Amino acid sequence: MEVLIEKLAAYMQFPFVRYALVVGVLIALCSSLLGVTLVLKRFSFIGDGLSHVAFGALAVATVLQAANKMAVVLPLTLLAAVLLLRTGKDTKIKGDAAVAMISVTSLAFGYLLMNVFSTSPNVSGDVCSTLFGSTSILTLTKQEVQFSVLLSAAVLLLFGFFYQKIFAITFDEDFARAVGTNAGGYNLMLAVVIAVIIVLAMNLVGSLLISAFVIFPALSAMRLFRTFLAVTVCAAGLSVICALAGILASILAGTPVGATVVAADAAVFLLCSAAGRMRGGA
Amino acid sequence: MAQIVCENLSLGYGGKTIVENLSFSVEAGMYLCIVGENGAGKSTLMKALLGLRPPLSGRVVFGDGLEKRDIGYLSQQTDVQKDFPASVREIVRSGFQGRMGFRPFYRREEKERAEKNMERMGIAALAGRCYRDLSGGQQQRVLLARALCATEKLLLLDEPVSGLDPAVTADMYRIIGEMHRSGVTIVMITHDVREALPAATHILRLGRRLFFGTRDGYWCAMKRAREDKEARSAWKS
Repeated sequence: MEVLIEKLAAYMQFPFVRYALVVGVLIALCSSLLGVTLVLKRFSFIGDGLSHVAFGALAVATVLQAANKMAVVLPLTLLAAVLLLRTGKDTKIKGDAAVAMISVTSLAFGYLLMNVFSTSPNVSGDVCSTLFGSTSILTLTKQEVQFSVLLSAAVLLLFGFFYQKIFAITFDEDFARAVGTNAGGYNLMLAVVIAVIIVLAMNLVGSLLISAFVIFPALSAMRLFRTFLAVTVCAAGLSVICALAGILASILAGTPVGATVVAADAAVFLLCSAAGRMRGGA
Repeated sequence: MAQIVCENLSLGYGGKTIVENLSFSVEAGMYLCIVGENGAGKSTLMKALLGLRPPLSGRVVFGDGLEKRDIGYLSQQTDVQKDFPASVREIVRSGFQGRMGFRPFYRREEKERAEKNMERMGIAALAGRCYRDLSGGQQQRVLLARALCATEKLLLLDEPVSGLDPAVTADMYRIIGEMHRSGVTIVMITHDVREALPAATHILRLGRRLFFGTRDGYWCAMKRAREDKEARSAWKS
């Protein structure tokens, strides 16, 4: 045990480890807060779909050799988020099918671009690290960390400020709309925030594993608690704990960061399910 | 001036017109029951009144001090709500959302009114309980208390008793009757004509044999239609 702590203390000397922890925890916090709403609104797959879009956008940015890849990825993902949240009502293609369609298309398109216009000697390595995140969180620059902190702070503020509104449109959008809440506007805000989180989280877990960040904490918390406030707080707490534990474990054991955090999330979900069942049918 | 005036409404969706040229008005203090077969456009009409789906043509005008956001709404249960983790108190308070603008928290008088409305619906003891653990009748009372937080002027009820057992149904109609007597205008979609109509003051019937008028007028019209039919079949035989 002491060996482990010493080893951790040694790692903490490195700024990139501290950066990884800060960014990881912030992203976990933001995605779990939004996750509660997404899961309850039956939009769990949106995170997955958007992350595939972000992958495609990243491929485009790479091919264009854009100096700032974020400047390409963020707007494209935002656009997809707005389009996806608009489906579900008044569209010919139903919500889940639309998500599936957009996500596979951008995945295939991105991989195609990366292969055809490759500038790097190791295409499959590049693809793998974009999909699974591999080690990129440990190579964050100070600027990227500042950017992530700023965006996460904005997300947290928005969520706190509009918490009651988000509850109202999640529980009963028709009622909220009928009594004069601008549900369309808040849905748009949610879409934008989700897209921002996805783009941030891509550095951490890669595009294939992001939906785990969004859905697992919310699902775990829903096994244990029965009020919206308790579920939200618990999801945020679980998510932060899993992110911390996962990142530390991955540093110590030399495992991929994203996959380790997701494994921690899955383990916590199993524990919460068991606890919920023991307490009597959640 | 009536609270709601509908002029020459045509309603429908997916390029299909279900209701044509419908005109009627809702006055303060009315207890209006909307009846008609399945697919006659009852729920579509309600969505038009709430501004959720615009009519194909014609218009809905509010008056008598009523604004669009003064309409409380009791919807049919959605799938999302069946396993939603939220306490009764959280849901009832959310009725105030429409009038809060950008204010992020509830005021103390809003919290007090929410408690009062829960008492009025007989669910004060359930305030901390989870919505999905309640019985169907209790859930409907929670949604009614929420609607009362949104407004005390006019309530639109979409099949408030569907899926409830007879005793709970009777209870539900008693509560709605009490709200009506305390000055809330009621507009209710219902299937269950025998139980619902005695309390109503006015009837709107959609579909075949369109009718709008007082309840007594409706009974006369129905009786006449039945007699006509009997007379016709007697004549044939």
